Amino acid sequence: MSTPKTLYDKIWNDHLVSENEDGTSIIYIDRHLVHEVTSPQAFEGLKIANRSVRKPNFTLATADHNIPTTNRDEGISDPESKLQVDTLEENCKEHGITFLSMSDKRQGIVHIIGPEQGFTQPGMTIVCGDSHTSTHGAFGALAWGIGTSEVEHVLATQTLVQTKAKNMQINIQGELPLGVTAKDIVLKIIQTIGTAGGTGYVIEYTGDAIKSLTMEGRMTVCNMSIEAGARAGLISPDEKTIEYLKGRPFSPAENEYQSASDYWLSLASDEGAAYDKTVNIDASDIIPQVTWGTSPEDVVSIDGLVPNPEDESDETKKKSMIRALEYMGLVPNTPLKEVKVDKVFIGSCTNGRIEDLRAASKIAKDRKVADHVNAIIVPGSGLVKQQAEEEGLDKIFIESGFEWREPGCSMCLAMNADKLKPQERCASTSNRNFEGRQGRGGRTHLMSPAMAAAAAINGKLSDCREI
Amino acid sequence: MEKFKKIESNAIPLPMVNVDTDMIIPKQFLKTIKRTGLGKNLFYELRYDEKDAPIDSFVLNQDKYKDSQILITGKNFGCGSSREHAPWSILDYGIKCIIASSFADIFYNNCFKNGILPIKLDESEVTKLQKAAENSLSFTIDLENQKISYFDKNINHEVSFELDKAKKTSLLEGLDDIGLTLAKVNHISDFENKQKSTTPWLYSQQIK
Repeated sequence: MSTPKTLYDKIWNDHLVSENEDGTSIIYIDRHLVHEVTSPQAFEGLKIANRSVRKPNFTLATADHNIPTTNRDEGISDPESKLQVDTLEENCKEHGITFLSMSDKRQGIVHIIGPEQGFTQPGMTIVCGDSHTSTHGAFGALAWGIGTSEVEHVLATQTLVQTKAKNMQINIQGELPLGVTAKDIVLKIIQTIGTAGGTGYVIEYTGDAIKSLTMEGRMTVCNMSIEAGARAGLISPDEKTIEYLKGRPFSPAENEYQSASDYWLSLASDEGAAYDKTVNIDASDIIPQVTWGTSPEDVVSIDGLVPNPEDESDETKKKSMIRALEYMGLVPNTPLKEVKVDKVFIGSCTNGRIEDLRAASKIAKDRKVADHVNAIIVPGSGLVKQQAEEEGLDKIFIESGFEWREPGCSMCLAMNADKLKPQERCASTSNRNFEGRQGRGGRTHLMSPAMAAAAAINGKLSDCREI
Repeated sequence: MEKFKKIESNAIPLPMVNVDTDMIIPKQFLKTIKRTGLGKNLFYELRYDEKDAPIDSFVLNQDKYKDSQILITGKNFGCGSSREHAPWSILDYGIKCIIASSFADIFYNNCFKNGILPIKLDESEVTKLQKAAENSLSFTIDLENQKISYFDKNINHEVSFELDKAKKTSLLEGLDDIGLTLAKVNHISDFENKQKSTTPWLYSQQIK
């Protein structure tokens, strides 16, 4: 019998084009997602070198990062943003790449539309000039973020030169308590291993709590692998994966679906496969999580207190804690549930899918957003928006006092008009609480959609289970 | 890409950990369609106040570091997004070498694509170099021999560093990665032909 292999080992082996003399490998890239921010210089590079796109049909483009989420009919008012989006459209036209424009109802955040369209499939290698490409790992696809030079490399060659990463297993055993979600799992993971804990690794998430998640929940977990330092996160494909992809526009056709499914299931990590590192976390210990600081590892449980730097023995850590607390305007030992918020953002590639909106709507239904809070809901794609409207979620949100927006990245990175003012505090379902991430001086607390909706209603950080 | 040459310069000490790509170059500067011109906005929010005036206490605004080509910083430098605008802004400012105890993966990789040398050293060594940088000593970065050297109180200090051979060659020779891969285009075509028979659905359901 051959040596048991991990899912990562199998996908790597199946995409090995050749091994270079210097120890690097050429890896074939099955699918490439392209957006407006990290691609213009890549297309320019192709032009300068007089190179063409090798596989336009393996490439899908959309504009998501700097498009407006209001008054779409008026187009993009910011000239720089407009130039970037127009440039993408022209580049796609020139090279025969499918481009989903702002007016296409399939448009949305790249990492939402890939799975939604069935563009994302198990066993594939998928890249995009965006660090949250790790999202697609939920399908058992090896997916990672790349810089613009590598975007150009993929466009020209449909390959990348890579060095194999190490295997890390994060095993979430047991059953999640009621009201605890995929977002709480991944925040707990980042708190446990730290933002550099996954550096040099591909993480595979295993265990009953992971298996029991829906595909959407799995995407939330894999999405934030990069916040734990890992370029890619993976979950072995199973029946849920096969069921999710059935009948989607780019999924394998009916006559090929059985053989594709058989192949997908064969990719699951073998029993006894060796990992370079394993981390075990008990799901039953997890309660809703929120961040207090300016790094995604600055995580506490909602029933906890703002930490005190005086309790930290490591001098460097202590210094960065003091800096983070000052930036966040928080006093040590304050109960998290006493922290007032000004804004609420529900959306992003982490939590902008239909189940996220359903979870938030359950909290919002028949309740009102607190008077001092401005809360926005930004669906991850046009199709998510449409589905939510069919289910009447938009009405629930609007009646409750939320704003119902058009799809895009929006306030997750604040490249468009959706941003925090200095010192404004936001309960956000996005993925990064870095200084200035949601607007200069803005203060971000990361949490799940239900938790963010609860914060909107109570006007302060709250435990969604107590509403 | 330009070939990486020996550097002689003083170094900018930035003793912060987890410096993320939003700190290196905030999002409002990502709207460019060019690779150049980002240097003036490097570390924008640390470097300028809300009225765009330079913040005197920030290290990049101190005259003595004006022409530095080396940055010495804390662990997990470059964490966050994949934006290559981060190394572009660093290079455009004039920094060609970054020393830290660790780097985030995507950023680390992006540096080599732009002729920037990121050097990983033990944390204690980084702290020592930072002290020397605060005294504005001149450092020599010799990639060929993988050595950092500097004079402190008439004593010559030398620190060796490790680097992957392929990455070293790529920097020293300023290689065109895409050209190198395209030289192996036959391997790519062979792979595609094989893949068409093993996983044919990848080819039949293409994007239209």
